[in-house]
Amino acid sequence: MTRMTMIEAIRSAMDVAMEKNPNVVVFGEDVGYFGGVFRCTHGLQKKYGSQRCFDAPISESGIVGAAIGMAAYGLRPCVEIQFADYVYPGYDQLASEAARIRYRSAGDFTVPMTVRMPTGGGIFGGQTHSQSPEALFAHVCGLKTVIPSNPYDAKGLLIAAIEDDDPVMFLEPKRLYNGPFDGHHDQPVTPWKKHELGEAPDGHYTIPLGKAATRREGSDVTVLAYGTMVHVALAAAAETGIDAEVIDLRTILPLDLEAIEASVRKTGRCVIVVEATKTCGFSAELMSVVMEGCFHHLEAPVIRVTGYDTPYPHAHEWAYFPGPKRVGAALKKVMENN
Amino acid sequence: MSKPKGATSPLSLFVPEPECRPGDHPDFNEMLIPEAGAVRMPPVDVEPLHIHDLAYSVIRVLNDGGEAVGPWAGQLSDEDLLEGLRHMMTVRAFDARMFMAQRQGKTSFYMQALGEEAVACAFRRAMRKGDMNFPTYRQQGLLIAGGYSIYTMMNQIYSNELDPVKGRQLPVMYSSKEDGYFTISGNLATQFIQAVGWAMASAIKGDDKIAAGWIGEGSTAENDFHSALVFASTYKAPVVLNVVNNQWAISTFQGIARGNAATFASRGLGFGIPSLRVDGNDYLAVYAVAKWAVDRARRNLGPTLIEFVTYRAGAHSTSDDPSGYRPKDESSTWPLGDPIERLKKHLIRHKKWSEERHAQAKAQIESEILQAQKQAEEHGTLHNGPHVPAGTMFEDVYAEAPIHLIRQRQEAGL
Repeated sequence: MTRMTMIEAIRSAMDVAMEKNPNVVVFGEDVGYFGGVFRCTHGLQKKYGSQRCFDAPISESGIVGAAIGMAAYGLRPCVEIQFADYVYPGYDQLASEAARIRYRSAGDFTVPMTVRMPTGGGIFGGQTHSQSPEALFAHVCGLKTVIPSNPYDAKGLLIAAIEDDDPVMFLEPKRLYNGPFDGHHDQPVTPWKKHELGEAPDGHYTIPLGKAATRREGSDVTVLAYGTMVHVALAAAAETGIDAEVIDLRTILPLDLEAIEASVRKTGRCVIVVEATKTCGFSAELMSVVMEGCFHHLEAPVIRVTGYDTPYPHAHEWAYFPGPKRVGAALKKVMENN
Repeated sequence: MSKPKGATSPLSLFVPEPECRPGDHPDFNEMLIPEAGAVRMPPVDVEPLHIHDLAYSVIRVLNDGGEAVGPWAGQLSDEDLLEGLRHMMTVRAFDARMFMAQRQGKTSFYMQALGEEAVACAFRRAMRKGDMNFPTYRQQGLLIAGGYSIYTMMNQIYSNELDPVKGRQLPVMYSSKEDGYFTISGNLATQFIQAVGWAMASAIKGDDKIAAGWIGEGSTAENDFHSALVFASTYKAPVVLNVVNNQWAISTFQGIARGNAATFASRGLGFGIPSLRVDGNDYLAVYAVAKWAVDRARRNLGPTLIEFVTYRAGAHSTSDDPSGYRPKDESSTWPLGDPIERLKKHLIRHKKWSEERHAQAKAQIESEILQAQKQAEEHGTLHNGPHVPAGTMFEDVYAEAPIHLIRQRQEAGL
């Protein structure tokens, strides 16, 4: 076991996957010699050579399209989109191609590809470096979408994603790269090395895609969250003293329906906390899942805490970010008709 | 109000128009068509810079008299050519039959390759087993010339119980990894960059296989065309990038994708990719240029861009009526003629073929197709079935069905 940041965990996952399987290749903008703008691929080109880890032109449609071709050949490409905000030129290749090649060819061709991208705000990235587009992937049947919340999960989930036989979107909450940020932006972040999930095995292990984890057991209310919002929810629970059960979804598609249903049926209350915009966001899907599966167990209306339906503002980032104060208020509100 | 000094007339937008519209007399007099045999054949390791002229010319082998002439001639035996003729005749007869089947209501849709059969049929001959094509919907010639079963193609067209893609795809969207035929998308141009990625993978693995990407001239305007050229040139991918210029993208003439500026082949020049233009209705020329490009790729010399100059003699699809946008007799005035007629003339001139044998072969091919059609229809047609069971719609979305799909399938009772 080694203490690692989320960046180191992600790098270690690719290292382990590349070492184990010579068909794993890594490429993207700035990922080769330089090792990526967030340093996630640092050292991989040196270790595995430029045929297996290399720089790509600034062309997301090209990166994803080429990766699809490579995957169809039999490789397992793991590509990086520099920011999730930049994925859109590659979206046609994801939604129309990667997602449907297995289906449309009845399994004749498959796309075992992983597309990594930093997601979410909290670094003063403005409206072009802060987006959370996970709902756009989760809406596409044929893609899997993973959003880890800590180094241990990030490594195990990324290895599982690379070894998965279907295309996996791997969204890395960039605000968590260096520590479990809980939304208190005016306070220093505890480094991962002081966090129990900042320790991970050096070698190979996987965390199955589609399985949620309970980060805090509780009996008052279920909080459904993923990525950065897991830590915000934990902070809000601690600060309000409400006995919340915090479910870290980890994979939003496939979604762990059973874990969600079991927890909400137990607590009878639910708060959904998502950084992305609200309307038609993944929070709406979670709301539907709870309504369809747990309506008769609910003792209060389900509440969503999300980013507002505006672009991510630069100067007013902290007014926009659904921090522990807003989550705490939602927890109190959902407990009102006790 | 007085005009400011130096002002000119108001701006106006230029929208290209084809030479002819319905009612006009079709005229291809402006088209540059070199004599057969006039264009040189450079070595495959030529500096791309030294063959820029080939992107603006047209490589041709068969002349009007049916002789094979010039440096690109002499690469195929008479047996090869007879087989090639048979392939093209099969594609044409197959298309006619399936077009009719659609009109009879046996399927929803069909797309012919009428007039451009030489492009895919001759190209296929230059490839090896294990190579991969990333085709568009009009390269059925790759399958037929590769010996793929027309019966299986019909099962796909009918979406019947034996359809290899389980009734999930529009007719003609075949898939056969075994036969080097990547699953067809229907979203245009996406396959072009995928072909480059596949070729890069072959190079990464130190393999000897190459890829061929296919695209129509109209969809070269998509970004995937450009990203394919960037990636192919950057990594010197072992790929042949084929632009089939059949003049028409549904109702849109080629000038809308190209402007009035240059050729589609010349798009490759800025990328340092050797780019050639070839008479797409000349089986011998298509083969020779394909072989040249495939050899380059196989020798790790990198990509080649080929523009096949041809003409879509039929409608875009069964949903299209070309009389609404181009002169009815435009096809018959197309100066590069018909690929089957031209090869036939060549073989007859060399006394390897005759009108009589041609008529016999045509009848025999038609009978084989009819036979296959009867057999396929025993396993169902689109509207009458049988199809694969409806529950299979839930399969192959993922390698293993996740819980939400299992639940939806249960709810559907399938």
